Amino acid sequence: MIERIIIAGSGGQGIMLLGKVLAEAAMLENRFVTWLPSYGAEVRGGTAHCMVAVSDKEIGSPYIAQADSLIIMNAPSLEKFKSRVKKVSLWVINSSLAKPDNIKGGSILQHPFTDLALGLGNIKVANILALGCFLKYKQLVRLDTVSSVIKKFAPAGKEELIRINEQALRKGAELR
Amino acid sequence: MITGNEAIAEGALDAGCRFYAGYPITPQNELPAYMSRRMPQLGGIFIQAESELAAINMVFGASAAGALAMTSSSSPGISLKQEGISYIAGARLPAVIVNIMRGGPGLGNIWPAQSDYFQATKSGGHGDYHCLVLAPSTVQEAYELVKLAFYLAEKYRNPAILLADGMLGQMMEPLVKNPKSKIPNPKDRRKEWALTGCKGRAPNIVKSFYMREGDLEKLNLALQKHYQLIQAKEERYEGLFLKDAQIILVAYGTMARISKVALHTLRQEGIKVGLIRPIALWPFPKKAFAAKSSSKVRYLVVEMSYGQMLEDVLLTVRDKEQVEFLGRAGGGVPSAEEIIKKVKKIL
Repeated sequence: MIERIIIAGSGGQGIMLLGKVLAEAAMLENRFVTWLPSYGAEVRGGTAHCMVAVSDKEIGSPYIAQADSLIIMNAPSLEKFKSRVKKVSLWVINSSLAKPDNIKGGSILQHPFTDLALGLGNIKVANILALGCFLKYKQLVRLDTVSSVIKKFAPAGKEELIRINEQALRKGAELR
Repeated sequence: MITGNEAIAEGALDAGCRFYAGYPITPQNELPAYMSRRMPQLGGIFIQAESELAAINMVFGASAAGALAMTSSSSPGISLKQEGISYIAGARLPAVIVNIMRGGPGLGNIWPAQSDYFQATKSGGHGDYHCLVLAPSTVQEAYELVKLAFYLAEKYRNPAILLADGMLGQMMEPLVKNPKSKIPNPKDRRKEWALTGCKGRAPNIVKSFYMREGDLEKLNLALQKHYQLIQAKEERYEGLFLKDAQIILVAYGTMARISKVALHTLRQEGIKVGLIRPIALWPFPKKAFAAKSSSKVRYLVVEMSYGQMLEDVLLTVRDKEQVEFLGRAGGGVPSAEEIIKKVKKIL
């Protein structure tokens, strides 16, 4: 089994963190994992993405040309990857900022993660809402494992941050 | 999980490195960033130098004074350091130089590449010298090999290069620290040659400059003998399915990971593929080819370059008809699918 995921959005949406949380959780569940960021001459307001592979076997390339799943957090990212990937099994799309027109193949889960995050009181948790939504569908790692990673990653003394991320994770997993 | 760059920094610190000087360049910046945070905590020295030249010469000085010293950069920055590396090799000093390669030539880009193989293995600076060159292919191995690089550098009083590409530097993978590591800690090594203050003993001299006729030739002869010893003792490689293989992939670093995927896919189809993964690039693991070079096995060298390690494979196998090549450069990375296609075309 190998699951190759591309996570994309704009700088500041917690794209790298989303990937790290997912990869760390998979590692804790004894899977092979790789995480590869997009890096270089990135510009503010442009796209940022990372690539996460989770497998039962050693992983060859951390670079993902053919993704199994995409988590897309804004419109430019959708444009960028729509034409570049084939045979995708799942699209998770932030409908607050991107409209999934002309997507061919694969299941589409679209929810307004940014608006939902605002509703929870912190726009920054849109990423974890999307992760919850993705995991409910893919069952790649247990939500409890993700919770433990969130606790581990949160800076000391930020109980409120842990609480709201936890809330976002569970709410994301309830979305239909 | 940790990035390759951070794993290298961590490995260096665990090896006892307490002097780092460098100048920033992508895609290796996480390495000095990590060093800048950890080194002061451990009582070591971190210097962001004013240039690559300054950094390598600080390492030269620190090493002469007996410190376990290291610098790191990426391709164009490593080019700038070549003069210093040649001096370090000439003065017979240990030092570790990390090159997280990017696409070239010139300023290049920041995508992964393996185009600095020649520079690393054939003495990139002036003079007849060699650096030990180690090439990790996972984050875990990056950690292990930088420790080994320090050990070997100290053991042979010779600069050692850790050669990896931008992908390995940037990616994150789990890292497990093995407390039972077999690599001895070079901290325990006594450095009788170091410039530590000569009160009560004869002064030590560290130099690469020999005026008297014949003296420099003597140094060169000593170095050559030394390189022969390293060649005899320090070849390192991983071999997979070498016994029954009809075709053997030869790849290092990130390309070896991708080659393994191609190998397993082809094996499932019943095609007998093997892999030689050089772990040391210098000394080049000639013995990996020894058993096979007389028979009719084919080799497919896969690199993120247009054929650099290929030349060492040709020098080892000697029969051009047996050796094929697949390579891309400038940030292009051959995929498992491309390797599979090429193997099928050859057979």
